[in-house]
Amino acid sequence: MKSAVIVFPGSNCDRDLAVAFEAVSGSKPVMIWHRDTELPDDLDLIGVPGGFSYGDYLRSGAMAARSPVMQAVAKAAEKGAYVLGICNGFQVLTESGLLPGALLRNAGGHFVCRDVALTVENAQSAFTSRYGAGEAISFPVAHHDGNYFADTETLDRLEGEGRVALRYAESVNGSARNIAGILNEAGNVLGMMPHPERVIEPAHGATDGRRLFEGLVEGLLARA
Amino acid sequence: MKARIFVTLKGGVLDPQGKAIHHALDGLGFSGVNDVRAGKLIELDLADGTSDEDIDAMCRKLLANTVIENYRIEKVA
Repeated sequence: MKSAVIVFPGSNCDRDLAVAFEAVSGSKPVMIWHRDTELPDDLDLIGVPGGFSYGDYLRSGAMAARSPVMQAVAKAAEKGAYVLGICNGFQVLTESGLLPGALLRNAGGHFVCRDVALTVENAQSAFTSRYGAGEAISFPVAHHDGNYFADTETLDRLEGEGRVALRYAESVNGSARNIAGILNEAGNVLGMMPHPERVIEPAHGATDGRRLFEGLVEGLLARA
Repeated sequence: MKARIFVTLKGGVLDPQGKAIHHALDGLGFSGVNDVRAGKLIELDLADGTSDEDIDAMCRKLLANTVIENYRIEKVA
């Protein structure tokens, strides 16, 4: 399995994500700098990590979305590579148009940094296959701009097509319909605000996130 | 040639920053403020002859996120 993690100036969850990829797949991901215009061939999985890319200038994720490497990521996604965007990575994916909607400032105006209760809405996706439908899990969140917004038509379409992968089971940031993570139409791109990579080892205090990575790797190995 | 780009949140999009400013104005004793919406002003110093289409493309491709924001271009001589 070949994986990569994109690194922007200001990324700060890139190494955590790389550790998670390696822990479940046994192979080290390639770290890709934002100025790179090409990705290694035949990548199976690309991680777009959390952080504050380009200092969140203009809008969270706006600059990163226009960086050369994101065009290569979009091309790889079109060819079927899995793309997982977490936190700032989710913001980058919406800003780049790989996922619909936008992430606004949290409704309460506060930075939210704590464990939150989530419900797995779609357990059929490549990212959630190791969870049960409707399963209650808990991941940490740490964000200021996690308030998911899309027009009613888009929200209805996401719901109707089973593209809401994860939902908050409690009030967190004002997200439309409590959306915490969404899939693209083809199901190979997931953006989510919570951090599964921070809960993969017993030493982290919880391991709910590990199955997300295990399911992905399992699916990729079956595909190979 | 200069252009000013005003980027504002679309109606119906929550503006916590505007709310906080409103709250602070209330706190200073300014009653009668019905609502506050905060936006951005971006000033561009452009080569003479930059086309309107190019300025509009800059807004659409980067300066504003048209999912949540409107923009208005004001050219300054």
